[in-house]
Amino acid sequence: MSLDAAWLALLRDLQLAFRKRGQLVQPLAFFAMVTMLFPLAISPELSRLRSIAPGVLWVAALLASLLALEFLFRDDAYDGTLEQYALSGRSLTGLMFAKTVAHWLLTGLPLTLMAPLAALSLGAPAASIPGILAAVAAGTVALSLIGSIGAALTLGIKRSGALLSLLILPLSLPVLIFGARATQLAINGSPLLPPLELLAALAVLAVTLAPLAAAAAVRISLE
Amino acid sequence: MPEGTLEVENLHLWRGERHVLRGVQFALPGGACLEVSGANGAGKTSLLRTLCGLMYPEEGRVLWAGEDVRRDLSAYHGRLAYLGHEPPLKADLSARENLRYWIGVRRRVDGKELDTALARVGASSWRERLVRTLSAGQRRRVALAGLALLAVPLWLLDEPTTHLDAQGQELVGQLIGEQLARGGMVVAAVHQALPAAAGEVRRLELPG
Repeated sequence: MSLDAAWLALLRDLQLAFRKRGQLVQPLAFFAMVTMLFPLAISPELSRLRSIAPGVLWVAALLASLLALEFLFRDDAYDGTLEQYALSGRSLTGLMFAKTVAHWLLTGLPLTLMAPLAALSLGAPAASIPGILAAVAAGTVALSLIGSIGAALTLGIKRSGALLSLLILPLSLPVLIFGARATQLAINGSPLLPPLELLAALAVLAVTLAPLAAAAAVRISLE
Repeated sequence: MPEGTLEVENLHLWRGERHVLRGVQFALPGGACLEVSGANGAGKTSLLRTLCGLMYPEEGRVLWAGEDVRRDLSAYHGRLAYLGHEPPLKADLSARENLRYWIGVRRRVDGKELDTALARVGASSWRERLVRTLSAGQRRRVALAGLALLAVPLWLLDEPTTHLDAQGQELVGQLIGEQLARGGMVVAAVHQALPAAAGEVRRLELPG
């Protein structure tokens, strides 16, 4: 039954997101714009773009994911949905996890699918695409989950965007570092398993701990 | 449905420097309704949120069937429904979709049950409309349909008649009356007395 509850929480967020498409497109547009502006600002020379591609991709992905985080719990807190979740007798941790999965499906997954296009436009070879896809997929899972802790912790604060960034960015640095490293190795055609495994480990750790922390933070904010 | 008694023992709650609840205590058996009144800021909402387990009192306990609710908060939550000032509805979902998700998180509910509950509150003709297009009174009616669907023994209601017309207020009274007839309990924070259809109610006045 708790699974049913989590499934419905996930479905509700997906349905709501598709009714408010503007919010849905924002992080993707941001990611596309940033990755397209770099070649214009630096140089169209492919070898130069290729060397900065990992950094550009990951900084853009991190900032795009941050952009959407502010909305993760905010509307639910305002309209009393979080209160009802907390009083539902169901696992709040499970419900928070479902909401974060919905968030990843709506921002992390589209970013993952868009990352190869952005990488190609930055001069990455086609052979590097599977590696980049895997790295961005694992990385965005970790980013969504880490972000959910920050979003829950800043729930009661008005204009929490800046504070959310201050809380989340330091925690996201390992994802940024290993993600950029894996992307660089993929572009160079080198074996990228070690940083990819570390990214996957970070994602697993986040899956295990972040929903618990987010649920605890939501309970505190409701008091 | 009769399951237990709600008991509140010597509840003290502070919000910063303010001593909001000062030794509140009462016992509510199955089939009884408590009307909590008091001036603005007297602590009515805080009392309801403390009864829910959303706020932690500095002193005192809330007991359900003789057990401190903190011992198994999740099981206690499964037995209560809390309706705050604002109905917990999503503006971009229809009345029916809102109920499907809200109630579905707590228990299995089929379409027929949803439609029956919505018909009961007079929402049949506008159940597919987005909540953002509904009036405050219509939203409150949708929330009342949800309350009836939850089928739990304890209702905690914060100003349940707000925004409702005379017919809607009468409906609140009828729903409370039915809940009490099933052996359930109701604690309602109010500014004006509950409708007569609610039946006999106990009263608790919080000092301002």
